[in-house]
Amino acid sequence: MNTDQHREKRRLENPSAKFKLKIQRRENQDASATWETFELPYRRNLNVISALMEIRKNPVTVEGKSTTPPVWDMSCLEQVCGICTMVIDGRVRQSCSALIDDLLLESNSDTVTLQPMSKFPNVRDLKVDRSKMFDHLKQVHAWIELDGSYDLGPGPQISNEVAQERYAYSRCMTCGCCLEACPQYGDDNYIGPQAIAQARLFNMHPTGKIEIEERLNGLLGDDGIGNCGNAQNCVQVCPTSIPLTRAIYETNRDVTVNALFGWLKK
Amino acid sequence: MASTSLKFAIVGGGLAGLAAAMKIAEAGHEVDLISVVPVKRSHSVCAQGGINGAVNTKGEGDSPAKHLDDTVYGGDFLANQPPVKRMCDMAPQIIYLFDRMGVPFSRTKEGLMDFRRFGGTLHHRTAFAGASTGQQLLYALDEQVRKWEVGGKVTKYEGWEMLSLVLDDHQVCRGLIAMNLQTLELKAFKADAVIMATGGPGLIFGKSTNSMTCTGSAVSACYQQGARYANGEFIQVHPTSIPGEDKLRLMSESARGEGGRVWVPRKDGDGRNPRDIPENERWYFLEEKYPAYGNLVPRDIATREIFQVCLEGHGVAGENQVYLDLTHIPAETLTRKLGAILEIYEMFVGDDPRYVPMRIFPGVHYSMGGLWVDFEQRTNLPGLFAAGECDYSIHGANRLGANSLVSCVYGGFVAAPSAIDYAKNVERGNTETNGIYDAELKKQREINDQIIKNEGGENQYKLHEEMGKIMTDNVTVVRYNDRLQATDDKLRELQERFSRISINDSNLWATQAVPHARQLWNMMQLARVITLGALNRNESRGAHYKPDFPDRDDENFMKTTIAEYSDEAPVLSYEPVDVSLVEPRKRDYSKGKAAK
Ligand SMILES: Cc1cc2nc3c(=O)[nH]c(=O)nc-3n(C[C@H](O)[C@H](O)[C@H](O)COP(=O)(O)OP(=O)(O)OC[C@H]3O[C@@H](n4cnc5c(N)ncnc54)[C@H](O)[C@@H]3O)c2cc1C
Ligand code: SF4
Ligand code: SF4
Ligand code: FES
Repeated sequence: MNTDQHREKRRLENPSAKFKLKIQRRENQDASATWETFELPYRRNLNVISALMEIRKNPVTVEGKSTTPPVWDMSCLEQVCGICTMVIDGRVRQSCSALIDDLLLESNSDTVTLQPMSKFPNVRDLKVDRSKMFDHLKQVHAWIELDGSYDLGPGPQISNEVAQERYAYSRCMTCGCCLEACPQYGDDNYIGPQAIAQARLFNMHPTGKIEIEERLNGLLGDDGIGNCGNAQNCVQVCPTSIPLTRAIYETNRDVTVNALFGWLKK
Repeated sequence: MASTSLKFAIVGGGLAGLAAAMKIAEAGHEVDLISVVPVKRSHSVCAQGGINGAVNTKGEGDSPAKHLDDTVYGGDFLANQPPVKRMCDMAPQIIYLFDRMGVPFSRTKEGLMDFRRFGGTLHHRTAFAGASTGQQLLYALDEQVRKWEVGGKVTKYEGWEMLSLVLDDHQVCRGLIAMNLQTLELKAFKADAVIMATGGPGLIFGKSTNSMTCTGSAVSACYQQGARYANGEFIQVHPTSIPGEDKLRLMSESARGEGGRVWVPRKDGDGRNPRDIPENERWYFLEEKYPAYGNLVPRDIATREIFQVCLEGHGVAGENQVYLDLTHIPAETLTRKLGAILEIYEMFVGDDPRYVPMRIFPGVHYSMGGLWVDFEQRTNLPGLFAAGECDYSIHGANRLGANSLVSCVYGGFVAAPSAIDYAKNVERGNTETNGIYDAELKKQREINDQIIKNEGGENQYKLHEEMGKIMTDNVTVVRYNDRLQATDDKLRELQERFSRISINDSNLWATQAVPHARQLWNMMQLARVITLGALNRNESRGAHYKPDFPDRDDENFMKTTIAEYSDEAPVLSYEPVDVSLVEPRKRDYSKGKAAK
């Protein structure tokens, strides 16, 4: 909705009565992946999640074979919790906001393909374990150090400009899209853009700044910020448009400045 | 410290659970934090509007006393007033604390926190962070609790579902049983006290504005073990939500505020493109029935009218939806004033509401009812506490917008010290209680085994749909006693059919069928509490409306409904409401004090 011109939304013309959902299945972490295809009646406002819910009720493949219901994660269904992320027609995104109509139109086919994210341990079917991302938040001290939660009045005055800039970073829902897309991320070799952006969020805050060294230290190890190859894939897939490359750039600058002062202090 | 350190289990890591966890950790004690989803993904992320607190930065003379008045008036005088007062007094401190934790609240020119006006008040009392305040507040608490996790005070069990309490022979709560959602392993969590913070029960109605974790299953389990459930019949329905195949998404009231018009085609089942339907073939039913207020009638009236029109079969294409039309307003005005919320509609429906009328329908939104607690967040079971949407304490018969987030944090902040106080003095009774964990584990394991073993061909998801439909049709906006009775009959039939469900997942690793079956049973129990509470309350108050009893009846019903479990049906009793601070008066929307 960037322009004020009404561009009639493109929809499937004469959609066929049915469409297919091709799903990558895996019984558990150790099992190998297989594919199953399901056929569903087309309805205009179906999203990927409602299609999965439909299959879950009565899991029978297009070949008529009874199977187990596919397993996936969902919670808010409003693209704010990040839990439902998967790879849809080759692109990583939230499945709650992926409309079947759009997908069929884009791929110009009768099939939507679902796969789990590949950079995280696959629990079963479309469900993955992203606990590593929360560990990364520990590594970069992604919080503000308080004296205590008792009443000490308001926080520091902050310009609306800075508040808005921080707000943009603070919308990160730990979905992992950026990590899935980053060519450098994988095998624990690189902490990834999400954690760097969260470090930036707190380094930008007047109180948060006090702990900046702690946070930067978390980014200077072997898996640290130096691994970024500046491919910029991350920023293109982030569903909340978090300025990831900017965070990386500014954090690199903080690292340089800090190293300088650290050296002067010696 | 270690020797005096106490152990607490908190179920739920939304605003309420995290608030309590932070306070307990800060006091030097240990917390096991149990949550179905990673706590950072809790339902609290969905709140958009803001958080209330009478900080009075706008020179309007706002005060906690006025916040108290607005809250109990909006709640139609069903809330005990002392805890509401305490919450309103604490609210400014809560907001300041979030400010110190680094929440990117929207700011004024001077760099102070900005406040906006919300429904049910004349004051700028609502702090907000963009259009995702709940998400921002939840993240702030999540960060603080992560710090305590690193510090060794908090241990998280994410991806674990609480199934039942562990009670000793004297009905004292000594911990709980939870299930690992990957392995289905059951584990007993021993605790000196347990705090429930599991949020609302929207999924009982099938589709609602709530997240998929909002089953109410955990509090239903507590209820079935003897905890009292209060005011269950008070369910808030938001007039404008976006009907989806999977859920109902909230459409903010501001769409009507900016001039949105509500209508349906005059001819039932008219399938034409709405733009091709001429003015005189459109029925602007709100404008017709309420010439003075038109589309801006108060929320509960709008909800009832839209609901009724659809129930009578006049909805768009015969379905449960009406048009909310903004297309007569210039597109650039709409972009400027409503951009963010119209984008949500476009993202999920695929239509641009600046050019295509939105299709909306009322959606179940919030439960005012919940576990009964006293003024210190203690339930009737010693050792069991509750906070957040899952307790009944603050909102009476109707909740004001932006009052829930503050009540969740308040609840957590009161429950924590209260639980610590209790735990310091409770007798451990180690020898006496050791066997109770094994006994409860065994019982829960048997329930799982039974579910896995059952055959009979009933489909759990279809049963859930049937329950959602009948609850939505009969126990939401407009309530008739005969239909409520029929609903309870249907619920009992569903319970009976439950014993014949065959789970359709032969792979038990990370299966969703077993947890869902368990939730379904608990939801049915709570559905009966909601339905029978409504049946018994022969008056209209706040969100509870009966055309056959259209007035508020303070003499008979200015009382808290209390449900206690028995095998046949919930046993209902009534407790007087403490109205010692603000004298009850008639709630009159025509004077401009509307509720959100
Ligand atoms: C769309 C929408 C918009 C809203 N906007 C506003 C607003 O602007 N302002 C406002 O004040 N309020 C708003 N509300 C209401 C408010 O968001 C909720 O009432 C509030 O967030 C509830 O918080 P909570 O901490 O009680 O529970 P939740 O945030 O719901 O968290 C519940 C927790 O319990 C866990 N849990 C549940 N069951 C179990 C179990 N069996 N075992 C283990 N863990 C379990 C979950 O994993 C989760 O961590 C809105 C609500 C909705 C639906
Ligand atoms: S810029 Fe490229 S390498 Fe760096 S984090 Fe983003 S995707 Fe990865
Ligand atoms: S930065 Fe964006 S893509 Fe990465 S986890 Fe956060 S929200 Fe997801
Ligand atoms: S379910 Fe929360 S982002 Fe999709």
